[in-house]
This record gives sequence, C-alpha cells and structure tokens, in this order.
Amino acid sequence: MDMKERMQLPRTAMPEQEPKVRARNFDEVPLGYTPEMALIEAQRCIQCKQPACVQGCPVGVNIPAFIALVAEGKFVEAAMKVKETNALPAVCGRVCPQEEQCESKCVRGLKAEAVAIGRLERFVADFERSQGEVACPECTLKTGKRVAVVGSGPAGLTVAGDLIQRGHSVTVFEALHKAGGVLVYGIPEFRLPKAIVEAEINYLERMGVEVRTSSVVGRIFTVDELFEEGFDAVFLGTGAGLPSFMNIPGENLSGIYSANEYLTRSNLMKAYRFPEYDTPIVRGRNVAVVGGGNVAMDAARTALRLGADNVYLIYRRSQAEMPARSEEVHHAEEEGVQFKLLHNPVEYLGDERGQVKAVICRRMELGEPDASGRCRPVEVAGSDYEIAIDTAVIAIGSGANPLVQGTTPGLETRRGNYIVADETTGQTSRKGVFAGGDIVTGAATVILAMGAGRKAAQAIDAYLAELPDK
Amino acid sequence: MSVRILERVQLSEMVFKLVFEAPLIARKRKAGQFVILRIHEKGERVPLTIADADTEAGTVTVIFQAVGKSTRQLSMLSVGDEILDLVGPLGQPTHIEKFGTVCCIGGGIGVAPMHPIMQAMKAAGNEVIAILGARNKDLIIMEDEFRRRADEVLITTDDGSAGFHGFLNLALEETYLKPGRKIDLVVAIGPVPMMRAITDMTAKYSVPTVVSLNAVMVDGTGMCGGCRVIVGGEVKYACVDGPEFDGHKVDFKSLGERQRTYIEQEKQSDEHYCRCLKGGN
Repeated sequence: MDMKERMQLPRTAMPEQEPKVRARNFDEVPLGYTPEMALIEAQRCIQCKQPACVQGCPVGVNIPAFIALVAEGKFVEAAMKVKETNALPAVCGRVCPQEEQCESKCVRGLKAEAVAIGRLERFVADFERSQGEVACPECTLKTGKRVAVVGSGPAGLTVAGDLIQRGHSVTVFEALHKAGGVLVYGIPEFRLPKAIVEAEINYLERMGVEVRTSSVVGRIFTVDELFEEGFDAVFLGTGAGLPSFMNIPGENLSGIYSANEYLTRSNLMKAYRFPEYDTPIVRGRNVAVVGGGNVAMDAARTALRLGADNVYLIYRRSQAEMPARSEEVHHAEEEGVQFKLLHNPVEYLGDERGQVKAVICRRMELGEPDASGRCRPVEVAGSDYEIAIDTAVIAIGSGANPLVQGTTPGLETRRGNYIVADETTGQTSRKGVFAGGDIVTGAATVILAMGAGRKAAQAIDAYLAELPDK
Repeated sequence: MSVRILERVQLSEMVFKLVFEAPLIARKRKAGQFVILRIHEKGERVPLTIADADTEAGTVTVIFQAVGKSTRQLSMLSVGDEILDLVGPLGQPTHIEKFGTVCCIGGGIGVAPMHPIMQAMKAAGNEVIAILGARNKDLIIMEDEFRRRADEVLITTDDGSAGFHGFLNLALEETYLKPGRKIDLVVAIGPVPMMRAITDMTAKYSVPTVVSLNAVMVDGTGMCGGCRVIVGGEVKYACVDGPEFDGHKVDFKSLGERQRTYIEQEKQSDEHYCRCLKGGN
C-alpha cells in the first residue's frame, strides 16, 4: 500500500455488542480488533520521525515502533515492545483516555481521525495472551535490595513491574483479598474483564513480584515496621478510596450506596452472580446514580445489568461539563441510561422501614465559570420535584484513604489528607518513602497513576543504588 | 493466604468458637478490634470481632452465631480445615484507661467481643462488673472466662431460667443504678435493640456508655462506606472510626434500618444453600 492509499484509510471501527443485548449482560462491550482489522489500522500510522503521540503517553510507550511491528504482522513482538514501558497493556488499551493523550497528539487527527492507538495496544496484548503462556523477561541481576509496595492498583503494579526488572526484590501489600485495586473492585467486568487483570498480575508474579493480599498496611504493619522488617524503600500507592457523600437529608437510608460499595459488591464480590456468590446487592428497579464521571457511568451501566427498569443519571451541570470519557457517556446513553442533566439531589425520602423511596431533585442552570473553568451550576428556585427510586448510588468522587498517613509519623500531608510527594520523583517527607497515584493527586485515571508509578520507580531505583550493600 | 483452624468448640446450640493460626494478627490486635474472613472463593467477607488472641501461640479466636449461610458454613468446618483469607486487625482499639468501675454488658453473641475488653479494662486497674445476658440459660456463653477475671458477674435471661429474669437494661438498673452503685463507664455490646435500651437507661443516670456497632460492611478499611452510622449528627464509618462509639450519640434507628437492607437476599441465599446441600441446585 502506498502512502496515498494509507492516508485515505478511514479509522477502523471496533466491533461491539449490540446496546440492547449488552445492557443485560456483564460481558465486555467492545469485542476488540481481528488481526485483519489491526493490520489495516496499523497502516494508517505514518511513522512520524518526531512522534508526538509518545509525548502524549504518561508512560512513554514507543507507539510508532509497536505499530510498525503490527503492520508487519509481528503481533507478539509488538506486545513485547509495548511492555518495555507499560506493564499493563491489556488494561491500558481498554481504560486509558487515549483521546486526551496519545491519540490527541496524532498528526493524522489534524485532517482526519487519529490512529486508533488504544485499540491496537489492546489487540496486541490480547493476541499475546491468546497465544498461551506470555513470555517473561529473564532477570538475572539481583541487587539484594527490598522494596515494599503498599497498594496493588495501577501505581503500585507499575512500580512493582519496573523495580523487579531492575533486580530488586518487591513485595506488594494489598488490603483486599485480591490484587488489582480499582482495576478489580472499581472498573466493571463489561469494561475490563477481571481475567485480564489477573493475567497481568500473574505476569508480574512470574517475574518474581510477591503479592501479599489481605494485608492492611497501617494495621498489620506500619511503614516503620516495614523498614524494621528489612525493606529498604516503601512506595505508597493506596489510592483515593474514601467515598464522598453530599451530606443531604436521607442519605443514610437503606438502599443508598457509595459508588465504591455498589461497584465493589458487584465487581470484586461478584454480587451480580448472587446467590451463586454469597455477597448480596440491592437489585433496584428504579435507580438514581449521582455524578458525571466515569465511575458514575460504570455504576449506571451496572444498575442496568442488574435488571433495573429505569436508571437515572443525575448530574448538576450539562453534558459538556461531564468529566466522564465521551465513549463512556455514549455507551451509557446507547444502553438506555436516562440523563437528568442540570439536576441536583437535595433530599432522599424513605418509607416506614427506612428504605429509600424517592429523591427530591432541584433543577439547575449554568452560571459563570468557576475555579475549575467549568460553568458553575446555579439552583433554580422552586424547581424541586420527586423521582421515585428504590436505589441510589452516589458517585461524586472519593478522597484519600487515611490508614497509612495516620500511622506514619513525619509523613507530610496536605488538605484532604493526600500525601505530599515530589512530582518528578514521588519522594515524600520521609526518607526512603515514595508515593504516587490518587493518594497524591486525588482521584484521577489509571494511566496517570501508572505514570506516577513509573517516575517513582526510577527515583526508588536511584535511591537504592546509593544505599550501601547489605 | 489461607488460614488454618486449630480449634473448634461448640458453645451452645448456635454458637461456635474457632481458633485460627494467625500469628501476625495475634501480635498486633488490641481489645475491640475485628477481623474479616472469607471462607471460599464465592464467599462474602464476614466481619467478626476478635474474642481472644494468644501472642505466643500465634492464634486468634472468633466466636459467632450460625445464623446465615456464611456463618453456618463456617460452623461446619473442622480442626485442620483452612479458610481462604483472614484480614485484620481492623477498627480502632477500645479506649482503655483506669476509669474506676467499669460495667461490661454483653447480650447474646455480644458477650464474645466483650471478653478482650473486659480483660483489658481489668488489666488497666478497673473494678469490672460483667453482665451477661441471653434468651435462656443454655445460650449463656463464656461465663467461666468472665468469672475468672471480672470482679462481679451477673447473669440475666429473658425467660428467667438463670440469674436475673429480664432484659439487660433492667438488670443494670435494678441491680446497680437504682441502688446507687457508682459506675464510671458502661460498655455494651449486643443486638441493636439491646444497645439502644442500655444507652436509654444509662442516659437517665448520666453514665458514660460505649457501644460496639456491627454495621454491614464490605472491605473494612473505609473504602465502601456501607458501614456508615450517624453519631452525634455526623456520618462515621464503623470500620475505621469505630466500631466503638459514644452510645448516647448513636442513631440506632438508622443503624437498625441499614442492618436490615439484605434481609430478603439473606433468606434467598439460605434457601439456595439448603437446596445445594440436598444435592439440587
């Protein structure tokens, strides 16, 4: 194919389940490229000498190089190329906001559509996994240095993957019974199949990472005790795990969940397969989800799949201000989530058993832009009305989990109890203690946490090199 | 991270004691803290307050009532069996100091989590009165353990088959508060209506009262917010801010309602389990 033909190829669509069908099952929505689709899409990359896409990637994946390998049909080699800088390609190919990162910088996007980098990344990772046992890079170098990683979410897993490859011994401590953090408790099966997360963690374990689940740092070990146990450095990647509520009347009624709880019950505990699995979840017929981010979309789409007749997404601004990825908003709309935009809940009403039966919503209108640059929602007086519901899910964000901060003397925190860490190294106010991801920045994305993990891993590696040999 | 069962004792018709091999938790736990266990891959996360621990032997003891599917499955395990995971210690430890005279009140299965608190209160130099209540005399548990350590033990039964005939709040009033016995602190653990009745009673006599709340929870680390309770008008998480709170400030009505969220599902789970046991599915 010559350059002119390549320039004329349209962006290859990814097949997905029909909205009506998928809204009632938990199987993954996008089905992924076939090898034929990947070969064509890879032709669209013009192999820029100065690839802007790489600048847009928080972990600096060598995008043109892996796409060139795809174009040659060397899919496994392409996956290995991605893995040089990204420990979790099958995850990132699915949940990264590529439209804001690599793909937003793609020169093809100037005149037509950007190369589907995320879909290709997903394809090569899935292809490699489908070939059976994924090859594991041999690491013979052993530095004898030990690193404790607290939290097994995207930041922690990236740190673990990077440091094990540099010959350090790595132990990951996870509070829950399963490793993966938000990848297993937060993001639903239909967006990120748990088998994929398991495979990526299994890969790290085969490289030598030790994962200790059911170990709550701050309770079973403090950070100081980890040093006493012989760890030379500690990385804190405990995430933004503390759910926020609106503190409005009736919010404590039975049937009102935080998004964390709703999603954890469904995803981690597999309550959607109750009673085969033991953990229950309220299968509401009329569900209100409050919020406009990705988590709100996940909760709303989960509610549909749990059998709801009506799922209302209540958001106080308009669609333009929604923090959710447009793809997620689009999927939710297609599946039948009813958007109540410029609406804000002001009170929940309960029945005689204390079970939520309605939400009172107030209409809003957009005013002047606020500190976030988005238009401030202003209440419309006298506009309150009731929506009958039996379940509500509050997805308005989450804060820093305080368990580690409260038990680590000398660890500097800032407002909201987030850990203060250097932006380029993750270094905290404590020697040998590094931090990154949501616990530093507040709730953000998987890939930004991985980017922070990548930088911290480099800094930890440098720090360990300075330590005397044991 | 499976955990072995070293000892199993049936304490009453429905109440069982299991001793787990868990040296790290045994070393760290303090009175008032709890663990969360999961029996098998499809199991739920079951929070249970630690009833005892032995640092030297490296063991943690839980005592539970076999009331739903999970606890019934747990009750059927034997010595040498393993559960899939056990996490802890979770929650804030009991605030222990020398208060003077501390009255430890356990209702039903609430007697078990009271045990380490009673021990710690005694060790801190308090005079400890224990009041242990149950529906009838066969359901009284751990009486010997309490008699060994506490200065006084009063048994109460709803049916009068042993000790004081009547509810715990009345036993407390008739035996101690009305006669004017000086009590500096009451700690009460048991079903919500019982804790509510005790705190109503102690409010009348202005005796500070701590209660331990068994709210529905998933992770136990502050992540799900399912265990939120209203204390003094503020939302608190039983798992990380508690489980113990000032009983006079707890909104028991809200707690009781939230605890009943899954009553239907629990029945369904139980029925499903019974069918499975019979070989159907």
